[in-house]
Amino acid sequence: MQMRSSHTKTAAVAFAAIVISVLMGHAESPGIRNCSWCHGGSAQGYTPAPRLAGQRAGYIEQQLVSFGKHTRDSPFSRQYMWGAAATLSPQSVRNLALYFSQLPPRPANDGDRELVAVGETIYQRGMPEANIAACVACHGPMAEGVSAIPRLSGLAYTYLKRRLEQWSEGYHGALPAPMPHIARNLSRSQIEGLASYLSFVK
Amino acid sequence: MKFFGSHSFQFVGVVGLQLALVAIAPTVADRARGAERSAMHESSVPAKLAYCEDCHGPSGQGFHGYFPIPRLAGQQTEYLKNQLEAFVEHRRTNNIMFNVAHSLSPGMISALADDFQALAPPPLEGGMRHLAPTGEKIFQNGVPEANVAACAACHGPKAQGSGEIPRLAGQLPDYVFNKLINWSKERGQIPSKPDISAIMSPVAHSLTRPQVEAVAAYLSYLK
Repeated sequence: MQMRSSHTKTAAVAFAAIVISVLMGHAESPGIRNCSWCHGGSAQGYTPAPRLAGQRAGYIEQQLVSFGKHTRDSPFSRQYMWGAAATLSPQSVRNLALYFSQLPPRPANDGDRELVAVGETIYQRGMPEANIAACVACHGPMAEGVSAIPRLSGLAYTYLKRRLEQWSEGYHGALPAPMPHIARNLSRSQIEGLASYLSFVK
Repeated sequence: MKFFGSHSFQFVGVVGLQLALVAIAPTVADRARGAERSAMHESSVPAKLAYCEDCHGPSGQGFHGYFPIPRLAGQQTEYLKNQLEAFVEHRRTNNIMFNVAHSLSPGMISALADDFQALAPPPLEGGMRHLAPTGEKIFQNGVPEANVAACAACHGPKAQGSGEIPRLAGQLPDYVFNKLINWSKERGQIPSKPDISAIMSPVAHSLTRPQVEAVAAYLSYLK
């Protein structure tokens, strides 16, 4: 019995390895192509579809699951991602997440350079008097993210700005906390500062 | 989670910050609070508590951010106060917490410390289970051959802490590990102003990495 389960496990691992190598080798496989229509051939993103290259696998997986469950519900999520995620099996979700997480990301560099300093201060130090937590505590010193916490470095200005605005517009993300609470206290210029700063971080 | 159920979030998202504070105030008021606290400005303590919980978890149970962010729930109030002072005085190095602690008044620190001590969510766990029995032995009996005293002697048999000695029960294992491994780089950084962290220096030096890992694993499951 134990033998059989270890065989099954080995077979499953081998199968996953084959699937991943197929996905990695052929960017034209149907699963990947469905994503590249909007996210770009090298997954660097096209406004408003965010860059997926280099994104944390745990985050991509969590987001795809939340699109499937209709938890994340902004207009573009409803319009595009609910449908895109509807038929993905848990295994394809993991494979896609792994594939995109391993593509090299390029920074968008498209924010307003004059707002970078404001954004950097908020990101690295927070605004304790205004009860705004420092982003660095969860997203990391270079905004690289970890496990299900997304990489923010080098994402496009317009995407970052919209996501930060949407937390206080009544839309839901994959998780109920802590982003809605943090972001709804940010002013428009603070959001523009953060989005500018992050767009330039490599 | 308590604060941000999908219901209240939708409401809060529409109405904005001011009403949001009113909306979460009753939830916080439900918690045990001292009589002297009612004299304080009501909205400010819940707002600051929610700010702390953005990083330390919705019930203060800790959170795995980029850095392990420690559990504050059930923590000793004297320990919390001393650590917040230590951040401000640079006795304990941590840039993020220096900025946070700097902005807190003594009255606010007191109120927050009381609130966190009153919280009792289940531990996040997460330590390697097979190491917990080894960790328990070290915690309860020490490592006599390495001159390491029983942790339980100061932190208590259930790791609840006392006064300036912290509760360790239910603490995040990677947090405990990082703190012990880096003890002398983070604590007691002002030689002219020695503090209680000096007690831990020889212990942290004498424990091996596997022993630290085992103790951290054991503590992560304690309620």
